[in-house]
Amino acid sequence: MQRQVALIKQSLFDQGYLDEQFVELEELQDDANPNFVEEVSTLYFKDSARLINSIDQALKRGSFDFNRLDSYMHQFKGSSTSIGASKVKTECTMFREYCRVGNAEG
Amino acid sequence: MAVGEVMRMEIPASGDLSVTSPELHVLAVDDSIVDRKVIERLLRISACKVTTVESGTRALQYLGLDGDKGASGLNDLKVNLIVTDYSMPGLTGYDLLKKIKESSAFREIPVVIMSSENILPRIEQCLKEGAEDFLLKPVKLADVKRIKELIMRNEAEDCKTISHSNKRKLAEGIDTPSPSSSSSHDYSSVKDFPSSKRMKSESENLSSLL
Repeated sequence: MQRQVALIKQSLFDQGYLDEQFVELEELQDDANPNFVEEVSTLYFKDSARLINSIDQALKRGSFDFNRLDSYMHQFKGSSTSIGASKVKTECTMFREYCRVGNAEG
Repeated sequence: MAVGEVMRMEIPASGDLSVTSPELHVLAVDDSIVDRKVIERLLRISACKVTTVESGTRALQYLGLDGDKGASGLNDLKVNLIVTDYSMPGLTGYDLLKKIKESSAFREIPVVIMSSENILPRIEQCLKEGAEDFLLKPVKLADVKRIKELIMRNEAEDCKTISHSNKRKLAEGIDTPSPSSSSSHDYSSVKDFPSSKRMKSESENLSSLL
């Protein structure tokens, strides 16, 4: 089972979902703090859910407030960067680019 | 301030700065809960005491700089270093930096800015305002270690400089305790060094020898 987890983790790296920042975080874990990665990840998911919800609400409103959307995305990108969620970070960057040019379709 | 009083803050006559690494107390400011968690861990693992706050306003409150003059009730532990995110709603890291450097009580505290954006004019602006260093996010353990070493080295040098200048003054028999020209710090900031209490007793020995 441990081998399976290891394989899944490796594939996340291979597919570009995770980057070296995640490894940095893993290295901060030790016997005295064995759940650090789990705790950070949990915080990240909660925070991301909150942000995605806010973004969703903002998009539903119809009239696109690009500044507000950009601000949410900045936060989302920030936390994704800190945790090593590389693909999410990339998507955020694209989203912000669309905001910058006012591309509602994108 | 009498010369004797000044001496109380000094390190032993041998000039040996054998300070057992006192723990730095770092105030970390970031609006992102994920980043606060990460920076806290990075600092703790680097043997620092950490207090995290979620905004520049809270940081000022913690320091007692938010208008309640002399309200240092919240801050039981002297802050040796402030690490702050740049982009925060309300008071940005830059605003916080300015407020701290404008304050006579806290301007000596080194401030490090963190940002996920590598914008040169921003970095220059912060350094010009007195920031000690600028860290690009994501912050890594190596970054924290480097900052810590920088801060500890600066504090050690300040102690040494003040000590040398006072030894010189003693030799010249100067009474007026004017601040040493080689040290840019107020004596009030020397009091803030965590090891000052130990220094106090050692230098009292020194003054009795004279």
